[in-house]
Amino acid sequence: MEHIISVMVENKFGVLSRVAGLFSGRGFNIDSLSVGPTIDPTVSMMTLVTRGDDRIVEQIIKQLNKLIDVIKVIDLSEGAFVARETVLIKISAKGEDRAEALRITDIFRARVVDSTPATYTIEVTGDTNKIEAIINLLKPLGIKDLVRTGRIAIAREEIKTAVQDKPQDKKRFGT
Amino acid sequence: MKLNGAQIFVESLKKEGVKVIFGLPGGVVLKIFDVLYDYKDPEVILTRHEQGAMHMAEGYAKATGKAGVVLVTSGPGMTNTVTGLADASMDSVPLVVFTGQVSTSLIGNDAFQEADNVGISRPCTKYNYLVKDVNDLAQTIKEAFYIATTGRPGPVLVDIPKDVSMNQTEFNYPEKVYIRGYNPTYEGHKWQIKQAAEAILKAKRPILYVGGGTVFSNAFEELREFAEMTQIPVDMTLMALGSFPGTHPLSLGMLGMHGSYTSNMAIHHSDLIIAVGSRFDDRVTGKVSEFAPHAKIIHIDIDPTSIQKIMNVDIPIVGDVKCVLKELNQHLRASLDGRRKEELKPWWNQLEEWKKKNPLTYKQNKDQKIKPPYLIDRLYELTHDQNPIVSTDVGQHQMWAAQFFKLDHPRTWLTSGGLGTMGFGFPAALGAQRAFPGRLVLSIVGDGSFQMNLQEMATAMDYHLPVKVAIVNNGYHGMVRQWQDLFYNSRYSSSFLGQHPDYVKLADAYGAVGLRATKPEEVDGVIKEALKIDKPVLIDFQVDPYENCYPMIPAGGANNEMIMEDPPELRKKEKDKAGMKKAGNGEKEGVLTA
Repeated sequence: MEHIISVMVENKFGVLSRVAGLFSGRGFNIDSLSVGPTIDPTVSMMTLVTRGDDRIVEQIIKQLNKLIDVIKVIDLSEGAFVARETVLIKISAKGEDRAEALRITDIFRARVVDSTPATYTIEVTGDTNKIEAIINLLKPLGIKDLVRTGRIAIAREEIKTAVQDKPQDKKRFGT
Repeated sequence: MKLNGAQIFVESLKKEGVKVIFGLPGGVVLKIFDVLYDYKDPEVILTRHEQGAMHMAEGYAKATGKAGVVLVTSGPGMTNTVTGLADASMDSVPLVVFTGQVSTSLIGNDAFQEADNVGISRPCTKYNYLVKDVNDLAQTIKEAFYIATTGRPGPVLVDIPKDVSMNQTEFNYPEKVYIRGYNPTYEGHKWQIKQAAEAILKAKRPILYVGGGTVFSNAFEELREFAEMTQIPVDMTLMALGSFPGTHPLSLGMLGMHGSYTSNMAIHHSDLIIAVGSRFDDRVTGKVSEFAPHAKIIHIDIDPTSIQKIMNVDIPIVGDVKCVLKELNQHLRASLDGRRKEELKPWWNQLEEWKKKNPLTYKQNKDQKIKPPYLIDRLYELTHDQNPIVSTDVGQHQMWAAQFFKLDHPRTWLTSGGLGTMGFGFPAALGAQRAFPGRLVLSIVGDGSFQMNLQEMATAMDYHLPVKVAIVNNGYHGMVRQWQDLFYNSRYSSSFLGQHPDYVKLADAYGAVGLRATKPEEVDGVIKEALKIDKPVLIDFQVDPYENCYPMIPAGGANNEMIMEDPPELRKKEKDKAGMKKAGNGEKEGVLTA
């Protein structure tokens, strides 16, 4: 099963190689990995997408925690989360294709970020399904180049029900 | 007052209470060695090879419980430490290894004797550092010792560029260290411990499966109290030998691939395994799917990654073995009563039956060549009252030593378990001897293993380290030959060591003492003579080259499927071989005694 794991690490040189080396050294899968700074300059956040059965994922999380530069590990897949990925797609777009490309861009609420007489570069952000879908639609036009960021993800806040029972109400109805 | 990096290095080591540094100088660490020239304390033990320095530091650390310290130069100096780092990682040995690095301005330029020390050592250290600024040096050294010696111990490497050792700054050694990503758990979870106590009280066929973690956490008293109170039999791993008295009636000895028949049968048929500081290594479990099929498992370990890695565990307890056993003992003391011994009686009857059926034993006739287990047994009988420290290399002799040299005291057993590093034993013994100058240190080695680090004979002479080295000389890489006997149709591909040095002359060449025994009746005399000599002694015990080590669980076999002796067809081949020219006994002797 796929797991998205959020790893809070020290913002030091060499940390990325420690994490990547852990995965290669122990034969764990790694589908994507993205790293970036946080609002705390001493801390970076990594989002890892990995696969494995329960025992392997448990090992992955424990092994990550064991790394001294890792401050916190959260398996986002255990709760609700939002995952997003950005992709830049450069397509050949001449003549009628240009209009078709723009239509597709519009449908997916993507944006054209660069344009030449023969190409468009399109930026799309979304979940994996959306990105796969737009790539499939743009393929017939001729994709010249494609870059993906890998997924980043964040846990959703717990949702409170719109109409909340007051404790005393509960008591009243319960008796 | 401002100090340069080299002075800060030495002063920091003094603050850490370091008495000995094992090492070898070179270009980029000359400044540090120059400063050390003025100090008696810490003392530098100059080794003949960096790998020797590493294993000496490991021997020192295992025998004392303190971190072993190594100082070597950049490039090849560092790369020669890699085997030692990997060995210490596998066996959780606390080491702090300082490597020189080219100046910060040259890093990455393929400078002379440059290597990516941090990159190379990353997967075989607990943590590593490149110190880029002299202002970070003291803090880094403090952290390095802290990380190496706390939690599950391990090696930490600190890479010091040449300019960092020359630059100056104020020296302030930090009192405390806080690393937010590193907080080992010592106290076990109370509820889990209670669960464990309940399971222990209910079990009908319980077994203690004790590992090296018991040694590192100094939990000997707690373990002994636990075992005696509950009357639970004790299986020890190779790493744990000495953590529970080997001569104790509750001890079943070592378990695993070459463990005793009883210890393996016991764990296979148990209904509750109490794993204490052990990690279900493949040499212990054999075939995992058939390991202890009826047992519930309680697993106590300070390293969470060890738990649930190989086996499904019913009651995991993350914590320091000593702390957890202490608390567990409290629970049990309150709830145990006299009936427990009665309840375990059928289990003990079964164990005694197994012991009687297949005890650890050997046969030695007068007219036979020396049988290695006989040799180990004699070494044991003639020295155990002196409570010696025993080191081994890796192979058949190691397994025989583990089987027949019964250790009653912790930190007296130095062996390379996880990595299985040949060449470990002799330098490790030197490190332990340096830590305990007055004690008897025995090094039981194979002829193949000893030749991997024999250059340290010079170090032994230089620093007067009177280690007694018993070479179990069978002229083969014995364990390789044993596997070839059992699984490769006795085709001895590259396991026969044709050309041998004359070990007596070799010892003589270094100024040490060489002795030799070729017959069983010579064994005692030679051992006694060696014990009288206050110098390193190399004893060449020329043993039966075809003796194999049993019991043996073939790789991938279950623990109740032990081979107890050579298969009949092998005996036949062996007899035929005795007449053969190549690899025959007679020829080997000729080479040795000519």
